[in-house]
Amino acid sequence: MKADPAGVLTGAHFIDGDHACCEGAIAAGCRFVAGYPITPSTEVVERIAERFPLVGGVFIQMEDEIASSIAIQGAVWAGKKAMTVTSGPGFSLMMEHIGFAAMTETPCVFVDVQRAGPSTGLPTQPAQADMMQARWGSHGDYQAITLAPNSPQECFDLAIMAFNLSETYRVPVFLMMDECVGHMTERVVIPAAEDIEIVPRRWFRGAADAYEPFRAGEEMVPPMVRAGDGYRIHVTGLTHDERGYPAMTVAAQERLVRRLNDKIRLNVNAITAYQSDQVEDAEVVVVSYGITSRTAIPAIEQARREGIRVGHFRLIVVWPFPEEQIRRLAESARALIVPELNLGQIALEVERCVHGAVPVTLVGHTGGTVHRPAEIYEAIIRSVKGD
Amino acid sequence: MPEELYELESEIPANTVEDLLRMDRMPHIWCPGCGIGTTMNCFARALETSGLDLTRVSVVSGIGCTGRVAGYLNLDSFHTTHGRAIPFATGLKLANPSLKVVVYSGDGDLSAIGGNHFIHAARRNVDITVILINNSTYGMTGGQVAPTTPMTAVASTAPYGNFESAFNLPALADSCGAVYVARWTAFHVRHTTKAIKEALAKRGFSFIEILAPCPTLYSRRNKLGDGRAQMLYYQQQSEVRNGADTKDVALGFQGKIIVGKFVDRERQTFDDAMVEYYTRRLGDRYVAPTLTGA
Repeated sequence: MKADPAGVLTGAHFIDGDHACCEGAIAAGCRFVAGYPITPSTEVVERIAERFPLVGGVFIQMEDEIASSIAIQGAVWAGKKAMTVTSGPGFSLMMEHIGFAAMTETPCVFVDVQRAGPSTGLPTQPAQADMMQARWGSHGDYQAITLAPNSPQECFDLAIMAFNLSETYRVPVFLMMDECVGHMTERVVIPAAEDIEIVPRRWFRGAADAYEPFRAGEEMVPPMVRAGDGYRIHVTGLTHDERGYPAMTVAAQERLVRRLNDKIRLNVNAITAYQSDQVEDAEVVVVSYGITSRTAIPAIEQARREGIRVGHFRLIVVWPFPEEQIRRLAESARALIVPELNLGQIALEVERCVHGAVPVTLVGHTGGTVHRPAEIYEAIIRSVKGD
Repeated sequence: MPEELYELESEIPANTVEDLLRMDRMPHIWCPGCGIGTTMNCFARALETSGLDLTRVSVVSGIGCTGRVAGYLNLDSFHTTHGRAIPFATGLKLANPSLKVVVYSGDGDLSAIGGNHFIHAARRNVDITVILINNSTYGMTGGQVAPTTPMTAVASTAPYGNFESAFNLPALADSCGAVYVARWTAFHVRHTTKAIKEALAKRGFSFIEILAPCPTLYSRRNKLGDGRAQMLYYQQQSEVRNGADTKDVALGFQGKIIVGKFVDRERQTFDDAMVEYYTRRLGDRYVAPTLTGA
């Protein structure tokens, strides 16, 4: 399905990542946003508030992030595509409803424009320290999808991808921006609506008496209905059977939770997206994501000028983690370098995947600004020298 | 003897609201003497005669004993997270204003953990009906003290008696702008049914508090007898005072219960205000939301 032209501002724009994210969501068909102001994400909802009355959307500024993160799910069950937008402290407050979305298979998008923490931290300065929270933040076993844009253009593109993946797999999807990407102003090209591919919600259209809201077929993702369509559904955060009824048994838990995880875990190759640059014959590969991928580029170029074969592997989809691709990097390269604006999150995941085959070096940073390329360059040089 | 018993049971007339219940989920989880089932029956009877298109009625609950109501009603029903039924309902309603959205939950769920959402939904005048079952305690978790536990009552986390002031919930709803505020008890089944019917017919944030016995975890601990004894208390100590000033209806431990319809007024709803305001400000540029959005 193609995007609704009414919402698409086709053309070249000079806007920041927050604004681009807003336009991506609108192009993706998002017509309900609930949010609460928080730096550095506020510009997303400010633009939503201005744009939504012009495109048939409903924006409501809720009383807090907890309310925002569940109001969007009410809107989804009424038939909308919906999103909420926040930063670290608000993201922490939303965790319970991320689990609710996972458990009730409510497709929705959470944008976290990351700032330095913990707690109130540095509200106006960047970090990438919520990456593990995006994977494990809510209690219980679940899988979601996490995207990491590295430019305003990607804030637009990946916002659309986030909605599409959310509808395809009926999971919460996280767009993990950061303060730099959010406030960076660059050229953003918005394509014509007919060039934007949109995944519509998959509706169940059969008879009500035969309908079981949580019975999934081979693809492990059940079709949806809306409140008011006459199916008289029950949706609960309790462990439930295919009818949606609470089922307090070990067997029901295994059946449901296994499927909720498998629908992502077993589809990792369909979901994953990455950018791979000269990794085939690389002796060192830098594994990066988000804004850090851009501070890595000058470091990589400098090392290459000095004759070092450096590859660059950029994660676009961070979760589910591309285990297979990372493992393959370790088959050819002698070392992997992971720069990130935290003290070791994705580096741990890379280590897990390579399982000791090659050394993995974290270039950590507590946030507040981005790395100096020299820090990454030096890590590359050290790894080649083998110390 | 068993045959005789069987014959006797077969003469019990069918419950006329069975179509509104998920009978395949019975028996329910509520204890003998609990008042929640009684209120659910009132709700079903109110719906039956409300004239509403039942396919367009959604019920949203939070967590707790009353939170289980959503699961027993044969309607679109959402059993959400603790305290968050109102913001879920807000999203549901704003995304499809043609739905009749009812929040049905307990006192702890709606007035403690969900208290912030309660006051803001009332302030905004979101067009939902909130039915709050007040059993004075957290039943599901074992009878802990709640914002509604009367002063001096004993609870598992107030073993020497409660020394916190309890919420006067009708006053809270009234002061935040609710368009309909009533209080009844599980004893007053006809009044309760009528009040629910009235609330469902209102546009805007309507609120009904219904007192209900929790014999297992409140009455027994406070030596108040069984469910029947608490119903007798409701019968003997209730005073119907329609139009009472909500400031005067606070509850004390086994004291007088002022019941009745306290507030019934008109105020523009959130979604009406939104459409009217944007239309006025933006004119032809305003694109009103459509029902289908995905």
